[in-house]
Amino acid sequence: MSLLLETRNLSVQLGSRQICRELSLQLSAGERLVILGRNGAGKSTLLSTLAGLRPSSGGQVLLQGKSYEELGARSAALQRGWLGQHQDNAFASSVLETVLTGRHPHLGRWQWEGPEENRIARQALEDVGLQGFAERDVQTLSGGERQRLAIATLLTQQAPLMLLDEPLTHLDLNHQIAVLELLAQQARAGTALIMVLHDPGLAWRYGDRALLMYGDGQIELGDCSQLLTAERLSRLYGHPLLQMEQDGRLAFIPA
Amino acid sequence: MFNHRHALLILISLLGLAGLSLGGSLLAGSIQVSLEDWLALLRGEAPSMATQVILELRLPRALAGFACGGLLALAGALMQVLLRNPLADPYVLGISGGAGVGALGAILLGLGSLGIDALAFCGALGALFLVFGLARGDGSWTQTRLLLTGVIVSAGCGALIALMLSLAPEAKLRGMLFWLMGDLSQAATPWGALLFLGAALLLSLPFARELNLLSRGQETAQTLGVAVGRLRLLIYFIAALATAAAVTTAGSIGFIGLLVPHLVRLAMGNDQRLLLPASVLAGGALLMGADTLARTIIAPEQLPVGVLTALLGVPLFLFLLSRTGGRP
Repeated sequence: MSLLLETRNLSVQLGSRQICRELSLQLSAGERLVILGRNGAGKSTLLSTLAGLRPSSGGQVLLQGKSYEELGARSAALQRGWLGQHQDNAFASSVLETVLTGRHPHLGRWQWEGPEENRIARQALEDVGLQGFAERDVQTLSGGERQRLAIATLLTQQAPLMLLDEPLTHLDLNHQIAVLELLAQQARAGTALIMVLHDPGLAWRYGDRALLMYGDGQIELGDCSQLLTAERLSRLYGHPLLQMEQDGRLAFIPA
Repeated sequence: MFNHRHALLILISLLGLAGLSLGGSLLAGSIQVSLEDWLALLRGEAPSMATQVILELRLPRALAGFACGGLLALAGALMQVLLRNPLADPYVLGISGGAGVGALGAILLGLGSLGIDALAFCGALGALFLVFGLARGDGSWTQTRLLLTGVIVSAGCGALIALMLSLAPEAKLRGMLFWLMGDLSQAATPWGALLFLGAALLLSLPFARELNLLSRGQETAQTLGVAVGRLRLLIYFIAALATAAAVTTAGSIGFIGLLVPHLVRLAMGNDQRLLLPASVLAGGALLMGADTLARTIIAPEQLPVGVLTALLGVPLFLFLLSRTGGRP
């Protein structure tokens, strides 16, 4: 199994607050890591540090053994994709144009998108249930449709490592499961995933490992099946949780 | 929109439009040029009075108009991406204000046109580096900070300009006002501006697809493989220098830089690979046309062309906006 992402003694600071101390993490192809924690615990900050969008305060982030400085923006884009929390466009643009931006790192400087790019882009739109939306203006889409468009763009990038900050934002329940199933399918095909989620039940179902962030620099990393217990999650969220089991699936409900 | 042939067709028709505009500005004027004069001109025979007017007055002025219009439209398109703000124009970062302070200062000192140009360019560069230095202050270099710094520097320059206007002797006021409104009759030679235009377009075109991504947000662009920091720096300097060159040549001609990128965007979408060259051609054609009108409508008197660009551009823009249902 090839190592797609590695952190060595990674420390991350947000203002004067240490949100992550000496994290050493290895992620191989096909693995799914879920990040859980309260609002403001630093989940997004950690994720954007892993994405190379902000500097760490110590330690290293390596993509297939190389740092972001060594790789440069373009090579890094061929190795990791990132889904941000906010999708906004200052200018009008069609859905197809937007999803095609995912092909940018694959194209030469003077190269235009060809039939192959179009095929990949339309396939991605179909995967997220946006077929028939290609010519629509992005600014006329609903929040959930925009979110799915952003996920389609990420798929179009075809990076072996995907970092997703709250991929389920604005999605209704059926689309939440559809997106998680789609991502699980990507993982089976060898993509490594790191997702920030808010539902520990979905984390248990769709994650292999979990990273719990307590917001004070304390972090726990382990297998979802062992780490995600009502007791530990109650401490994580600062609110008592009940654990329910049905048909071999877990759900955690606020008490 | 992702089609070579489509793009080429649009650019060729805009090129045709610019050609027509050039032809019109060479023909129009109080001195009529006969067919024989034209033929003589093409055969390279000894120039007559009429051909001299064309070669030495109308042609340089038309070319200067094209260059300034192209520069302003290009700078406007780049600023709108850099600031991710549809309301941005070449003057939003205070460059025209700086040039205005320089030019008016030169007029007050009684310098000739070369002195005015030199001081205007120095003023523009001063504003460019002032805004750059202040906005980068803590290294954050965010769009809001850049925009606010530009607005403040503009306001400062505006105050200095008002001060100079109120102190200026009556005889110099008209020249100063014309400079401020934008006027191509002060353009001594078009070559400097044309050179800047070519360089700015050649430097920005290789980054056109990256600019498409930048307009969707810095982090998105960065994770899709754009070296955002370097690109923003490059775009800032290209846009600022293009503005400085245009303003130095013809004063602060309004509206071209704001309107033309929007007109082009409304007509053909927001792909910078097409938008940048199309804006240059459309901006050049529009300013040449407006200048021809400015010097013929009430000939022998001349209007400042900046007034006409606004008078022509605003209704055109409103028409397109209403036709497309108000999307920027």
